Amino acid sequence: MYDLYAKILNILRLPEIIAQLTWAVIPFACIAALMVFVVIFLVLMERKFLAWLTVRKGPNRVGPNGFLQTFADAIKLLFKEDIMSEETNKLLFTIAPVIAFAPVMIIYGLMPFTEHLIAINIAVGLFLVFALSSLTTVGIVLAGWSSNNKYSLLGGMRSAAQAISYEIPLVIAVLSIAVLAGSLNLKEIVTAQSGGLFSWNIFPAFIGFIVLFICSIAEVNRVPFDLPEAESELVSGYNTEYSGMKFALFFLAEYAALFIMSVLISTLFLGGYLPPFNDYLSIILLDNIIKNQAIMDILIHLEQGFWLVAKTYTLLFLIIWIRGTLPRLRADQLMGFSWKFLLPLAFINLILTSIIKLAIQGY
Amino acid sequence: MYIQGYGILAAFIGFSVAFAFAALIMSWLVQPKAPNKLKQKTYECGMKLFGDSRIQYDAKYYLYALLFLIFDIEAVFLFPWAVVYDKLGLFALIEALIFIAILVIGLIYAWKKDALKWQ
Repeated sequence: MYDLYAKILNILRLPEIIAQLTWAVIPFACIAALMVFVVIFLVLMERKFLAWLTVRKGPNRVGPNGFLQTFADAIKLLFKEDIMSEETNKLLFTIAPVIAFAPVMIIYGLMPFTEHLIAINIAVGLFLVFALSSLTTVGIVLAGWSSNNKYSLLGGMRSAAQAISYEIPLVIAVLSIAVLAGSLNLKEIVTAQSGGLFSWNIFPAFIGFIVLFICSIAEVNRVPFDLPEAESELVSGYNTEYSGMKFALFFLAEYAALFIMSVLISTLFLGGYLPPFNDYLSIILLDNIIKNQAIMDILIHLEQGFWLVAKTYTLLFLIIWIRGTLPRLRADQLMGFSWKFLLPLAFINLILTSIIKLAIQGY
Repeated sequence: MYIQGYGILAAFIGFSVAFAFAALIMSWLVQPKAPNKLKQKTYECGMKLFGDSRIQYDAKYYLYALLFLIFDIEAVFLFPWAVVYDKLGLFALIEALIFIAILVIGLIYAWKKDALKWQ
């Protein structure tokens, strides 16, 4: 599709960079829609699942079984007055939610949702994902400081503390994936895992999977690592002073990051959009029935999406389950746990996977 | 093939920032605006403010931050190593082992010196 578009612009004697910049509107619109939809569904899912874990009913008033509750919340937030206290730093206060939100959206563009559904296919995709996901922390620290509120400040400082502890094990655990795949391009990482369940990266790098899972929960500030917004201690943490759409942006960024982290873990360790069998189910089951290649391609495409969604939501259920189960850690416990336990584990994982890779290659 | 992505990436950066600002502006257009003195006070559980919040904050994790810097740079150095690892083989493994060992010794030293303790 893009090639055709670029060719047309080429005939019109426009440089290719214009083609790229204008073409980006289409994937961006898709991703914005996907992101909002995913978050609205995810918030509802979390509330329902948490309610189920604690034997409550959860939202059940708006729409059938409370299905439209999050829509109602989103519309309410849009129409809420934006209160800014007199002593805030107005500029930073407004920019902070944007800094927290925008990087998450770019990460959505970097993810290979299926074989062809990847908006930004670049060589350093994996590296960029982590660069961007740590930018969100800057937004949170900025929000905490600019609010000029003690709770917010403490929340922001805790967020910084969390970032400097969890970034390292996270990145080292991911290095083992780069070793196994020999590439930082996310699509190539997925392709390197093709060939059924046992070629997934989770098998040579199981420790890395555990480390990455724990660290990504910390990265998106979830229980048991939700210190920056600990409701029972800090009112609402870094977003205490926020209301209306600015608060909604933080909220959106947090849940969107949660979803994309699950997508990332499934992409890196669980084979992404690849099926757990040797071949696609639609090929195994329907190859003799459907002779048309075009229909087959569409079926495979849908199946790829299905597998990624299945893996992602399994991880999301796990994360919500953890939220329903574990208490919050203390700040010093959190940092000690990261530096004294996760970091050595991440190094062991890196060395182990490099040796395994070498053994497979046969040097 | 890859270079194609960077133009789209640049557009994405612009668009996502614009999207966030658009959301803020849209909300600003439709929201009620009724500020008053009490509403615009800094929130502190309804009490009168207890001093300023722009105080010197004792960052108890200063030493962690220094360690973070060291290990983050190490990770950046290891990324190119990881990508070409399958082409370099055993030699690269030993080199990386030495590199990691030096930093792990540093970590153990910091640990024994109680730098990893919340002071």
